[in-house]
Amino acid sequence: MKDGADESRRIVARRWRLAGALTAAMMAVYFGFILLIAFAKPQMGELVVPGLSLGILLGASVIAAAWVLTGVYVWWANNTYDPAVRALREAKAKERA
Amino acid sequence: MPATQTSLGSPSGIAIAFFVVFIGLTLGITAYAAKRTKTASEFFTAGASVTGAQNGFALAGDFMSAASFLGIAGLVASSGFDGLIYSVGWLVGWPIVTFLVAEPLRNLGRYTFADVVSFRLRETPVRIAASISGLAVIAFYLIAQMVGAGNLVRMMFGLSYETAVVLVGIVMLVYVLFGGMIATTWVQIVKAILLLGGAALLALLVLTRFGMSPLALFAAAADRYGASVLAPGKLVSSPLEAISLGLALMFGTSGLPHVLMRFYTVKDAKTARTSVFYATGLIALFYLITFVLGFGASVIVGREAIAAVDKGGNMAAPLLAEAVGGRPMLGFISAVAFATILAVVAGLTLSGSAALSHDLWVRVVKRGKVPEDEQLLVARIATIALAVFAIGLGIAFKGQNVAFMVGLAFAIAASSTFPALVLSILWKPYTTRGAVASLATGTASSLLLIFLSPTVQVDVLHRASAFIPLKNPAVVSLPLSFFVGIVASLLAPEASASGGYEAMEDRLHIGAPSSEE
Repeated sequence: MKDGADESRRIVARRWRLAGALTAAMMAVYFGFILLIAFAKPQMGELVVPGLSLGILLGASVIAAAWVLTGVYVWWANNTYDPAVRALREAKAKERA
Repeated sequence: MPATQTSLGSPSGIAIAFFVVFIGLTLGITAYAAKRTKTASEFFTAGASVTGAQNGFALAGDFMSAASFLGIAGLVASSGFDGLIYSVGWLVGWPIVTFLVAEPLRNLGRYTFADVVSFRLRETPVRIAASISGLAVIAFYLIAQMVGAGNLVRMMFGLSYETAVVLVGIVMLVYVLFGGMIATTWVQIVKAILLLGGAALLALLVLTRFGMSPLALFAAAADRYGASVLAPGKLVSSPLEAISLGLALMFGTSGLPHVLMRFYTVKDAKTARTSVFYATGLIALFYLITFVLGFGASVIVGREAIAAVDKGGNMAAPLLAEAVGGRPMLGFISAVAFATILAVVAGLTLSGSAALSHDLWVRVVKRGKVPEDEQLLVARIATIALAVFAIGLGIAFKGQNVAFMVGLAFAIAASSTFPALVLSILWKPYTTRGAVASLATGTASSLLLIFLSPTVQVDVLHRASAFIPLKNPAVVSLPLSFFVGIVASLLAPEASASGGYEAMEDRLHIGAPSSEE
């Protein structure tokens, strides 16, 4: 029983570590973008190719990053976290039986 | 000039035809849903039967408002790049929803976010405080939507403001009252498909004129209005201001009661997280398309013609629709904008009804001892009260500047419901007193700070200056709410609250005990 509880704490801690790291990454990307707009306005207007400024490229990248980071979490949770939780739940059910 | 040729605002047979088809379809769905809405659980959560993809579309439909569709397209048309800053801000809250709140909500609660906050705390004070914060968020969001509905429908269909507000209120009431969450979900799904499909079709029609290249379109805009349209303009003039608004948008999304409630409509945590992944992708796509539409409107319709119809620029997308697709496309886009308002208002009303009937009546007043049929009756009475309230406020605020109210709703959510959720889920020493103090501080400080700010003092009351310079309060109110919640908890520990932490954590991750599955 004790082992099951420890295992449970460990999986839980891993999930929160990843969720925290991804939250921090999203904040860094978004507030980095805002600060670049605030402090590097002229550079943001420079054209990468005709019609595409650095600002538009970065803005679209922040939008893409939001989706990709969400995808990273969902992929990890579906493939690593859920099986671990399922195994734990089965172990607990066996203990009770 | 397109400005003199537009049929916008004159009742168009095609717009009315699209509108009638939409209303017919959604009322049909409501009739179907009404037969399946026999219990409070079905009324509030569609019996947890919604799939991940369906909930993803419904979340997107709950969140993509007519104001952001028309407003951002207008902002891009009039000032180019700056519109993208807004779009990015509205999107970045969604990953946070996925990482921090979607799964805990699914596993810990039943109908409202207050279920989660009060899980291991003393129920009565926490539910009262959480409901007040949640209802404040809903009220400000609702006022902005109803006033926006009145203005938009007047501009697009030529109806009077009051008629438009009453019409929106009554149609929404029919959906929610009879069809509950099942009807609301399907209205939101249909709306999301129509809005995304309509916007994408419009963008394709625009891009065919530019060799299917968005960059050629942006270059054409730069040729006509100068290279500054591709560069940051005046929107971010103060970094502190931008960060404050950014905090409200980023963390406010995780505290919006009508968004949080959608996680109870799916069967488990995995479906909950999958649904946010769908929603984030759909909303991201929507903002990228809107950016293209804004540039399209500035090049094809022209800034002068857009400003001639509406100084605020809100008619950029409908005018563009008419320019590239004629009256049928204008009629379609107008009907879609109307559908969009209905879906958002329905979601808000349903979540308000859950706070009033489930949190306050069933759990606080009756201590949970309420038979199932009475719960449903109370939920429906609360829905009618909220619809009357929404119509009344929509009419009361006619002609007022309510643009700040959505920002305020996000600020209150980011500084009250969000900190309460995060601390209750993640911080073992959290106490009932801490939760109540944090919720009250976040709500009150957001309201007070915005009242003293230029947003209300200058823009609404037309005073020369404001007491404090900050337009959005989140940079102060969000940390303050966390601080007060933590200090109040540490000053007076609550053994039963920290003692319940492990049990809550197990349930959060493992899900409900098998007897309940």
